[in-house]
Amino acid sequence: MMEWGLRGPALPRRRAMAMRVGAVALFLGVWSLVAGVVELARLFNPIFLPGPWLVIGKVLDLAFKGSLWAHVAATLERVIVGFGTGAVLALAIGLPAGHLRIVRDAVEPVVELLRPIPPLAMLPLFVVWIGIGEGSKIGFITYATFFPMFLTTVHAVRRIDPLLLRAAQSLGARTRQLFFRVLLPAALPEILTGMRLGLALSFFVIVISEFIGAEQGLGYLINDGRNFFLVPQMLGAAVVLGLLGWAGNALVRLLERRALRWQYPA
Amino acid sequence: MKIQIQGVSKSFAVGGVTQHALVDVDLDVAERELICLLGPSGCGKSTLLNIVAGFLQPTSGRVLVDGRAISGPGADRGVVFQEYVLFPWLTVAGNVAFGLELGGVPYDDRVRIVRHYLALVGLEAHAEKFPVQLSGGMKQRVAIARALANDPAVILMDEPFGALDAQTREVLQDELSRIQRVEPKTILFVTHSIREAVYLADRVVVMTSAPGRIKQVVPIKLPETRDRFAADFTQYESEITRLVKEEVAKVHE
Repeated sequence: MMEWGLRGPALPRRRAMAMRVGAVALFLGVWSLVAGVVELARLFNPIFLPGPWLVIGKVLDLAFKGSLWAHVAATLERVIVGFGTGAVLALAIGLPAGHLRIVRDAVEPVVELLRPIPPLAMLPLFVVWIGIGEGSKIGFITYATFFPMFLTTVHAVRRIDPLLLRAAQSLGARTRQLFFRVLLPAALPEILTGMRLGLALSFFVIVISEFIGAEQGLGYLINDGRNFFLVPQMLGAAVVLGLLGWAGNALVRLLERRALRWQYPA
Repeated sequence: MKIQIQGVSKSFAVGGVTQHALVDVDLDVAERELICLLGPSGCGKSTLLNIVAGFLQPTSGRVLVDGRAISGPGADRGVVFQEYVLFPWLTVAGNVAFGLELGGVPYDDRVRIVRHYLALVGLEAHAEKFPVQLSGGMKQRVAIARALANDPAVILMDEPFGALDAQTREVLQDELSRIQRVEPKTILFVTHSIREAVYLADRVVVMTSAPGRIKQVVPIKLPETRDRFAADFTQYESEITRLVKEEVAKVHE
């Protein structure tokens, strides 16, 4: 795929890779340097800024001796169930809302009413309504991720060339078939972009809901670290969250490449 | 009669003003007949085709296909659009198989039918390509194969070659005329090219400028394989040109 907006000549593959690795190494180097200076010069208490080796060490320590996997599993489960439900709901309501005026007129006012409220403002309400258990965390992710995925789905369906629907109808497509065999595949590119947004958002909100009344999860690990000034644990959990988010995004991209092969066939 | 168009009128409300697109159109199309609808732009020929396809409701009158009044689009009327309108996420073979899959045709039959129609339009070698990889002419061949494979009672073609360059256009006219000799279909074909109409049609229906009515029906009594440079061909061409010119002149009065 070409990236038309980029300037500058394309580097050879190897040099491009070296640049990227170098940039990361430089970042870690600067971080180490600052942490080292703080440690030596006692600018402030060095427990507030541990070096990267300490953070990585803490992550490895938690992974091998501690409970890291239980926390990762708890967070992942909430994200997968919450985001999955949000995605299914966004499709189930978004496809008809994009296609049928009557559904759109019924659904859109409510969505437009709730959407401007920052989802985080609703988090305490979820806790009050559903309690501090799994239900409120999963429900909250579903709630927060529904909006961007719903909007992109509706927008995608609305942009579909109406002639595609006519062509399908003239080949005998009934309403159900129109949804699954025309609207869904035609809208899929934009829907998948919406899912990438939704997935990123679910990692965003899960951390905060795990700050509030959780006994497991990476968000809990961060909050727990805050209570006891365990800065390496806080940063370690953040690093793991970053890795999970990165992996999730990569997974959706892979899915995209497979499902949208028709856009850029070999 | 395969298609019966009976007293069809269509008017649109444009900014509070009623505009008549079609007025009282009657036309019968026989089985395996190829009819060309011809007329100046805005004469309602595409509107008429869209009504037969079921995409538009006539304001009055009705359309029968095989004796049954139509309501909405259906698999009995295959449509070939000027813009090809292939499903971009399906391969060439997937596009041709689309209607068969909807209709629940078993896999083995589907494969056989798809292969047959791809061969008929000369695209066997491109079965696994995606539409983005095809030229305009190839796309329209796929669209024709897709319509034929679904075995509709009639095929409606809305300026199908209008977006193609002149050479490709004539090649596809040759192909359609050949297919019509091998596996004749009942076809309603909208065009604004007089040459194309004389080359393909059994009868040319010349329409008046807006509001559209049928001005004259010209049977083309030429052999099945036509020569665009034969004297009788050019004679039809000039006769129909004269009819169309009268209508174009009216628009500019």
